[in-house]
Amino acid sequence: MKLAIKLAFKNLIGAGLRTWLNVIVLSFSFVIIIAARGILVGWDRQAKNDMTDWEIAGGQYWNVNYDPFDAFTLADAHGTIPAEFQSEIESGDMVPVLITQGTLYKEGRMQSILIKGIETNQTLLELPTHKMDTIVDAIPSIVGSNMARSNKLKKGDYVTIRWRDRNGTFDAADIFIADIFTTNVPTVDASQLWLPLETLQSMVLMPGEATILTFRDREKVREDTGGWKLMTFKALVKDIEDMIKTKTVGGSIFYGILLILALLAIFDTQVLSIFRRQKEIGTYIALGYTRKEVVGLFTIEGGMHSILAAIVGAVYGIPFLAWFASKGITLGVSSNDFGFTMADTMYPVYSGALVIGTIIIVLLATTIVSYWPSRKIAKMNPTEALRGKLQ
Amino acid sequence: MEDNLIIKTHNLTKRFPMGKSEFTALKGIDLSLGKGEFAGLIGPSGSGKTTLLNIVGSLDTPSEGEVIVLDKSIGNLTAKEAAKLRKENIGFIFQSYNLLAVHTVFENVEFPLLLLKISANERRKMVMDALEWVGLLDKIKSKPPQLSGGECQRVAIARAMVKKPSLVVADEPTANLDAANSHNVLQTMAKLNDELKTTFLFATHDEKVIGYLKRKIYLKDGKLDKDETV
Repeated sequence: MKLAIKLAFKNLIGAGLRTWLNVIVLSFSFVIIIAARGILVGWDRQAKNDMTDWEIAGGQYWNVNYDPFDAFTLADAHGTIPAEFQSEIESGDMVPVLITQGTLYKEGRMQSILIKGIETNQTLLELPTHKMDTIVDAIPSIVGSNMARSNKLKKGDYVTIRWRDRNGTFDAADIFIADIFTTNVPTVDASQLWLPLETLQSMVLMPGEATILTFRDREKVREDTGGWKLMTFKALVKDIEDMIKTKTVGGSIFYGILLILALLAIFDTQVLSIFRRQKEIGTYIALGYTRKEVVGLFTIEGGMHSILAAIVGAVYGIPFLAWFASKGITLGVSSNDFGFTMADTMYPVYSGALVIGTIIIVLLATTIVSYWPSRKIAKMNPTEALRGKLQ
Repeated sequence: MEDNLIIKTHNLTKRFPMGKSEFTALKGIDLSLGKGEFAGLIGPSGSGKTTLLNIVGSLDTPSEGEVIVLDKSIGNLTAKEAAKLRKENIGFIFQSYNLLAVHTVFENVEFPLLLLKISANERRKMVMDALEWVGLLDKIKSKPPQLSGGECQRVAIARAMVKKPSLVVADEPTANLDAANSHNVLQTMAKLNDELKTTFLFATHDEKVIGYLKRKIYLKDGKLDKDETV
């Protein structure tokens, strides 16, 4: 084996330009696959971090009637906050949020919105709720930058909102835009208005009630409790994970095409080698190699392209990937346009598993395409091969 | 088998498929070759010399009859056993040298020793000895494309001889060489035959080679025509 590796390396280097062309093409595959997969890994990590910081923390309890995909459930999706959570709420490790439907009137237009109530002194989520802790002649509120943009809201604006209380009675009031925050998490931004919890509770006649309870401790063993359904962190990020998985599958088709192009070049080289190097094959056999060993030698030779490609790829890939990781990629679209958490600039993350996994996949694929044509050697007649006669 | 017998064939027949029929290249050859012989298979093209050489070199098998090389029945060897026989006991010299182009002279000569898993120090000594025999010590770092035809063939001789095999088979070794180089390589082989008592079996129709042979085995149409010892 050691001899075969040494010999294969020598033969590869000896083949000169043909080898280096294959190696360079294959190294592109390495670098592009790692960069593209790094983006998806980075996106996944960034999205989860942002969701954790802005929306879900360590997990949530949902009122059993709450369905975020059905606005009509909101009228019934509220309940008294269980006493067992009181100590967590008081220590700041749990934040209740009350959600109701409403309408925002701005410049003669009306816009359906979600009105969310949250404690102004909470620190569990990154929402700048403390900005609502102010005394003004209207209800203080905060909105996300996407909500502000789509409704032409500015900090310091007054705007009228309308809602229905728990009895179905309509009511309206002016609100004051105390702050506009910027986030990558559209589910706390798009068409949403944040008010102080107690204010909203009194507006809708639901004192002491909430729709969602967000908690800090992800590790604590919890279970459903009367009227409240436990949504673990894992369950809450499942949608984003599924979506990234879908993107990964789509991306894999692209990597696959790229890899196939590189592998075709290696396959072609192997087929050519076996025709052009018949005398050499015969010589190996005459000197004491079995045909099986020659097949092994040619397979190693082909597979070694991927090792050289990994080295060449590392030479220009490491600086490139490091630069890419620091600069990231700006897509020019906001997360609001997509409807799921996505930073304006995505930074790739390269894990050891990603790099090693990519190397193994490329190495295996290269070895397989190298072995395929090499099998022909096993059927060769060595005496014909020695004469260089095409078989 | 006698102690000094290297090759013995009995009723050796070799047939090759040719379309729907068969072509018989060797027809019932009976031949014995002892240790230290410097013999040649002589005959025109198509007389079966290369076929016989290939079978003796365990690169091919007989269709019929028996071929014993170094106490091994060629027809009964597995591919692995045949490879072991070649690796340990048989050296090959080819008409077109068949050197590994990307390797240096040293590496080409070293190759059979690598297959035998000989230690690096011993390998180096054996390679240098072999290159000294053929007078190429000054070319160890050269690669085959940088050498003349005569030098290439001398490298091939060194490669065949480096493991001190019991048998060297040489197929038209001078066919690509001019007269001066032909004599040079033939003298080298004759000298090695004398000094190391290695058995040489040539396939040739070159008069220069025939002049050096101590035994001349003539083949005609796949049959043994004449066997002369000088």
